[in-house]
Amino acid sequence: MAEVKRFDNRLGLWGWLGGGRWGIERYAYILHRLTGLGILAYFLMHIVVTSLRAKGIYLWAGEDAILAKPIFKVGEFLVFAAFAYHAFNGLRLVFVEMGFAVGKPIEPIYPYKTSLGVQRPLFIAMMILAAIFFFAGGAEFLGLVK
Amino acid sequence: MNETKYWTWFMAAGVVILVLLGLHMMIMHLGAFTHLFVVDKGVEATAVVNSQSRDANLFFTITYVLLLGTALFHGLYGLRTILFELTLKKSMEKALSVLFIVLGLGLFCLGTWAAFTAHANALKAPAPQAAVSEGR
Repeated sequence: MAEVKRFDNRLGLWGWLGGGRWGIERYAYILHRLTGLGILAYFLMHIVVTSLRAKGIYLWAGEDAILAKPIFKVGEFLVFAAFAYHAFNGLRLVFVEMGFAVGKPIEPIYPYKTSLGVQRPLFIAMMILAAIFFFAGGAEFLGLVK
Repeated sequence: MNETKYWTWFMAAGVVILVLLGLHMMIMHLGAFTHLFVVDKGVEATAVVNSQSRDANLFFTITYVLLLGTALFHGLYGLRTILFELTLKKSMEKALSVLFIVLGLGLFCLGTWAAFTAHANALKAPAPQAAVSEGR
């Protein structure tokens, strides 16, 4: 098997975080990764913490509970916000991967047309749904709804 | 070929998570709107009385385990994909894959044990007094 040629990661973090000329979808992709990493970090700890309930230990329940402190409550809301974005943007990615909402293939005749314009209404619709989730969760977090 | 298969499973797991975690979030973070699966509406959805009532319900025990498995696969496979973009050496890629499989299986066993133990404990516990805080 041929040896894979490797290159230095010249761009470093900017290679991941910079959207360059790729537009809003590229930033959506970066945010998708960041929220995914955040949710995963929380989830791995969440498994351990919630497993303790099998031994009758509820670290999140009661006023004196460690995880009932405001900083953890804020953290929990951030995880909820990350979920709202990651879930709806992820649903968009599944649709696009399955070939929905990307338009029909056309011949590549100059000036070339991008399919991003065709996909954008789906992106906007998903972001509106994510925003509804975010604000509903925010209203509950701030105690505006009982 | 295997990577294509894993990627398809990764996407399918995402859809399952969307449904199950969506339900979880509706209960935990949108409870003021939905009031889903709470026996005592006067306290938070995360209160012990509400947590135990869900643990006593086999639907939650099974869906917790399903969510646990799909989320671990989706999360760890996603992290693996990101790390592999760093063009690691083959030996490092293999070591990471083994690490994630061991970590994933370990946490899956822990979470599954906890879900079924909590279910058994909740069935043995006295029935939760519904709507205590509502004064009824």
